[in-house]
Amino acid sequence: MSCERQEIVVFRDITKIFPPGILANDRVSFGVERGTVHVLLGENGAGKTTLMNILYGIHQPDGGAIVLRGKEVRIPSPRVAIELGIGMVHQHFRLIPNHTVWENVVLGFPRVPHLFPALRARQMIRNLSREYGLDVDPDARVWQLSAGEQQRVEILKALLRKAEILILDEPTSVLTPKDVERLFLVLQRMKEEGKTSLFVTHKFSEVGEIGDRITVLRKGRVVGTVPRGEADFETLAAMMVGEKIALSLPKKALSPGCPLLRVEDLWVLDDRGFPGVRGVSFEVREGEIVGIAGVVGNGQRELTEALAGLRPPSRGRILLGEVDVTAWSPQKVREAGLAYVPEDRRMALVGDMTLAENLFLRDYRKAPFRRGILVDWNKVREHAEEMIATYRIVPPVPQLPVRLLSGGNRQRVILAQVLTSRPRVLVVSNPTAGLDILATDFIHRLFLSLQEEGVGILLVSGDLDEILALSDRVLVLYRGTILGERKRPQSGWSEEDRRDIGMMMGGVPGERLVMVR
Amino acid sequence: MSTIGFWISGVVGRTLAYSVPLLLSTLGEIYAERSGILNLGVEGLMSLGAFSAFAVAFFSGNPWLGVVVSGIVAGCASLVHAFCSVTLRTNQVVSGLALGMLGMGISGVLGRDFEGKVLATTLPVFRLPFLSALPGFEKHNVFVYASLGLAVVLWFVLFHTRWGIVIRSVGENPAACDAMGINVTLVRYACVFFGGVLAGLSGAYLSLGYRPSWSYGMTAGIGWLAIALTIFAFWNPLWGMVGAYLFGILYHLSFRFQAQVSPELLNTLPYLFPLVALSFVSRLAARRKVGPPASLGVPYQRGSS
Repeated sequence: MSCERQEIVVFRDITKIFPPGILANDRVSFGVERGTVHVLLGENGAGKTTLMNILYGIHQPDGGAIVLRGKEVRIPSPRVAIELGIGMVHQHFRLIPNHTVWENVVLGFPRVPHLFPALRARQMIRNLSREYGLDVDPDARVWQLSAGEQQRVEILKALLRKAEILILDEPTSVLTPKDVERLFLVLQRMKEEGKTSLFVTHKFSEVGEIGDRITVLRKGRVVGTVPRGEADFETLAAMMVGEKIALSLPKKALSPGCPLLRVEDLWVLDDRGFPGVRGVSFEVREGEIVGIAGVVGNGQRELTEALAGLRPPSRGRILLGEVDVTAWSPQKVREAGLAYVPEDRRMALVGDMTLAENLFLRDYRKAPFRRGILVDWNKVREHAEEMIATYRIVPPVPQLPVRLLSGGNRQRVILAQVLTSRPRVLVVSNPTAGLDILATDFIHRLFLSLQEEGVGILLVSGDLDEILALSDRVLVLYRGTILGERKRPQSGWSEEDRRDIGMMMGGVPGERLVMVR
Repeated sequence: MSTIGFWISGVVGRTLAYSVPLLLSTLGEIYAERSGILNLGVEGLMSLGAFSAFAVAFFSGNPWLGVVVSGIVAGCASLVHAFCSVTLRTNQVVSGLALGMLGMGISGVLGRDFEGKVLATTLPVFRLPFLSALPGFEKHNVFVYASLGLAVVLWFVLFHTRWGIVIRSVGENPAACDAMGINVTLVRYACVFFGGVLAGLSGAYLSLGYRPSWSYGMTAGIGWLAIALTIFAFWNPLWGMVGAYLFGILYHLSFRFQAQVSPELLNTLPYLFPLVALSFVSRLAARRKVGPPASLGVPYQRGSS
């Protein structure tokens, strides 16, 4: 009985159905103990965020109840949730970039004076920052802050409102390893204060470090709740996916050939007209995967768009083989042998057009699809069926509008699109962001087999695990420059390499700035 | 008084008088846009305000009643736009333009019988202590003085009160406000309503004070100017005041030099000015110094982001 009383939140048979009948949560039941970090683990689409949005009053459940501190409650809006002592840090921060930190923190907060709220706000922020180790400058504008600092602002917002239960939705996805450590310290501090955290993630590697108990969700249902230490990674992965999968990739040691892509002193302006890429030089060789590690927003988008011909560089050269392709049009760059998979999948697909149409979108001018000024629709269909089989696109229906596909299948369509023309160089940006384990695994294996065929791959990713799993060399991009480089040792990456790269992602240059060891 | 002194006080006086409706409707539009709602119907709301103020003052003989009614009428009319753009989440450009045309049309049709009529009593002019000692400030109606004060008050509210943070935040990121328990819908309705009230009052000023009469089209594009001035002012009431007086003085001076400058050219000013202002502002905005509220024109739906 005493155990029961310690449960601050209990989800009881929570069911949520989204139109047109998608079952996001199916009779979800579990309890969260006071003063613990409770991890909610599951793949994308498992219903974690929906469940948290229900607790925070953003969505209303279609069935079941939430029991808070032993009493059944109805949470019709975030305002009520806040009043009940629930705070939420969303995956995409709910901050106003043009406003200052204090303006963001006191937004809708009644305990500051109506006139000149800044004076009191600054003081409250400083006090809380000190208490929890969440240092941020109250007068900084949010757009000037790193992702880690922005997250601290979000946590401050919740703590200021006396949140006793803090929901963190995928809090580590945009952080440097250093910032993750700091976040864990903050959560530890909160635990000491008797506060409860609900930590939503799809990365089981984080679970052991922070979680006291772990609830695994799959397809809207609870698979099970386990205390820390009672389940290893393999078990958790199997619980998440529903089948046993191999977590290691068959990465072979290959010797790279001649350079395929060379970038020399490249400078690229960002949308605001500031240099986003500042004097970057590197090369990608035949049969080599080069990883660009770094926190999102350090020039990755500008770099890849410049390579693809979407954004003219302000200085420097891009060479494909021996050909200077600097500032060529995207189409010419592609025909010269460089394929580009953008981070935003909407950039590569037309949602309302069918699978078959999307699959020949890049080659409609060419044989065999072209017949004079007309399109040979039989060929298009045949091609689509072939691609669907090769890339195992589900559902295998050529006339299905692409917008109805899942993220993983959309990414398969994009890869099928760009690989049809047999590129020599593949530039990919966050290829598995938001994808489930099986789709991620498929794409990683595809990259490795392309590498064996001699394709040079530039892998830009904010996910360090992904970079390390695939890359032969890793460059760290920080504020538009390459802060350091590491080559994959024969024995695979060491913990030391990982930490070095992590430090560089946070702007600290490693002490060993050498190319080859 | 010397000739030059007389000239200066004449220019200042006419500039003040001319700038009032522009300033009022700009202040209103700044608040609507700060909350994220683009209201292109200002011209029509002004026209509605001008007509309703004149009609009420004509029948009642009380111009103050006309002022109050004009604010209510235009405020309520602007709620049509709020309903469409906030509740129904329609395209704000379309619904704003529709409201503008509706306002022009209604005031035009109903106002046909009032064309050329004369008011028995118009808004009184009076002197203020201290302020009226300045050249050009000698005697004006209440609108001239009040609009000056209002600009300062609205600036203060926007940047130094909790309400101001809420309004600006709703225009930047309604999802963030919703997550903090703020009623986004209410804030947007209130700001659009307030903008409508000010547009109506600026119309009342025209038909009761500036040129006490009613004629269709007497708003003369001021509502459109207000929309441009909102951008030119970087959505800041104080800059709105500067912009309104700047434009007022330009307009008045060119009026004085009518003998030298062709009136056709002068008539293009309301349209040339926005173009110049927009190109000027877009250069600044590109460098991220200033920019429109991030969610301006974007309907908000909970849980869709």
